[in-house]
Amino acid sequence: MPVSFARNGTKLWQRRTRLSDWLRYLAWLLIVALFVFCWRLMTMDTIWAYVLDSPRQGADIVSRMWPPRFGYLWQLWAPLWATINMATLGTLLAIVLALPFAFLSAIKTTPNRYLVRSMALLVISASRSINSIIWTMLLVAIVGPGVLAGVIAIALRSFGFISKLLYEAIDEVSNHPLEAIRSTGASGPQVLAFGIWPQITPAFVGISLFRWDINIREATVLGLVGAGGIGANLEASMNLLAWPQVAVILTVILATVIFSEWLSAAIRQSLI
Amino acid sequence: MNLQLRRWRPKPLIKNPYVCIVTCLAVIIYLFFAIGSLDVKWLRVLEGLSRAAALWSGFLHPDFTSRWDDIRNGLLESLTMTFTASIVGLVFAIPFSIGAARNIVPMPIYIFCRAFIAISRSLQEIIVALFFVVLFGFGPLAGFLTLVFATIGFVAKLLAEDIEDTSPRQLEALRATGAGFYQIVVFAILPQIMPRLIGLFMYRIDINFRDSAVIGIVGAGGIGATLNTTMERYEFGSAAAILLIIILIVVLCEYTSGYVRSRFN
Repeated sequence: MPVSFARNGTKLWQRRTRLSDWLRYLAWLLIVALFVFCWRLMTMDTIWAYVLDSPRQGADIVSRMWPPRFGYLWQLWAPLWATINMATLGTLLAIVLALPFAFLSAIKTTPNRYLVRSMALLVISASRSINSIIWTMLLVAIVGPGVLAGVIAIALRSFGFISKLLYEAIDEVSNHPLEAIRSTGASGPQVLAFGIWPQITPAFVGISLFRWDINIREATVLGLVGAGGIGANLEASMNLLAWPQVAVILTVILATVIFSEWLSAAIRQSLI
Repeated sequence: MNLQLRRWRPKPLIKNPYVCIVTCLAVIIYLFFAIGSLDVKWLRVLEGLSRAAALWSGFLHPDFTSRWDDIRNGLLESLTMTFTASIVGLVFAIPFSIGAARNIVPMPIYIFCRAFIAISRSLQEIIVALFFVVLFGFGPLAGFLTLVFATIGFVAKLLAEDIEDTSPRQLEALRATGAGFYQIVVFAILPQIMPRLIGLFMYRIDINFRDSAVIGIVGAGGIGATLNTTMERYEFGSAAAILLIIILIVVLCEYTSGYVRSRFN
């Protein structure tokens, strides 16, 4: 235990040695220095006049949003339906894609621990690293603007997410049922179906619902880059500076997000 | 006694068979209408296949050089934005998380903090970025503020749950010694949530970098702006290079944060 000696020779307890104390100060200093450096670099081209003007701008926008044009709500049902479909179909497609990758990348089920598993992990990382908005941008260039681009984008973004959480769940399954089933002479697929699958079903349902909830959230903005749905209306209204419509759209998005969160929690509770 | 052997079946997910049938029917009807509403323009998709090929070949031959200056500037903006926003977000998230923990603060503060967290979490980063770009002008400062706003909601919510889960014994022991609010937070709460705090911070750096690649699309600076430009010009080689860099950095971040989290837990 680090101790120091007071003048009269009594031992004083210290939490750390002097060296580790200094190293800690140095680390904090480095963090602060890096922060200041990054801040300077980032705000190099900032026009501070705009920033100072922002409270007035904000008040201006809010005042223009009031009163919201609630009549616009009737034009929003179709885009809202498209948004929800985009999220749901995208999630379903993602689940279909995710299952094989999850089993390929779980240590317990992978056919080859080095080659196959690392390839699968690479695909999963690539899918997870790229935001669904970027996927949408790529897909709009390929399949054209519309809900289809959004569905595929959501599927491509989500399948890595679902696979990752699922393979972690697979690796956590208890070995006892697997051994029991194997000892009856069950084949590999049978062990998978009757040993592993029942153990990961709750995780699987939970993960899928969680991702569906996130996807509803993301689907509301994919329209900004051309995937249709309510985001397209938001983009159009903002371009027209139709702030009362923007207020309505934001309210609808907020309500949808809260509703989906409630619904996914309710389904999860009833199933698990 | 009925000794007739039945074939064993796994337990169904939904126990009541009628509920199961109704659910399945509802799902099928929904899928029918949902897929029907997709409105796929197959001609356009066919036309796009050549672009898909171009994109794919872009990924096979990423072009790092011809737009390297733009990519470098975008990356620098993204990285500085991520770092500063994560730190500032964390600093602001701690008071919000304490305010949103039911076991240590009075009701009005709790409601205020929870409401703020709910708003921050429900608004997509890109929508917030749209507004901040209008308010603060184009550039990474708007992106920085967006990320700070998102970080506060995310970290504060998860941290608040952790604070509510902390053991009440330490709290009680400190209260018994007559400790004030500040002393309770520093000596009872913080030591219990520190590992989680570090883990969340690392995780959020990861998310913030990913998001910084997106909010540039609406003008909030970062690599997203560069990516958007290359996509609009159909320079798929440069776009692929940017995406590969993003994937690489995210994977690196993930490994580091996994390592740090495993050390602190």
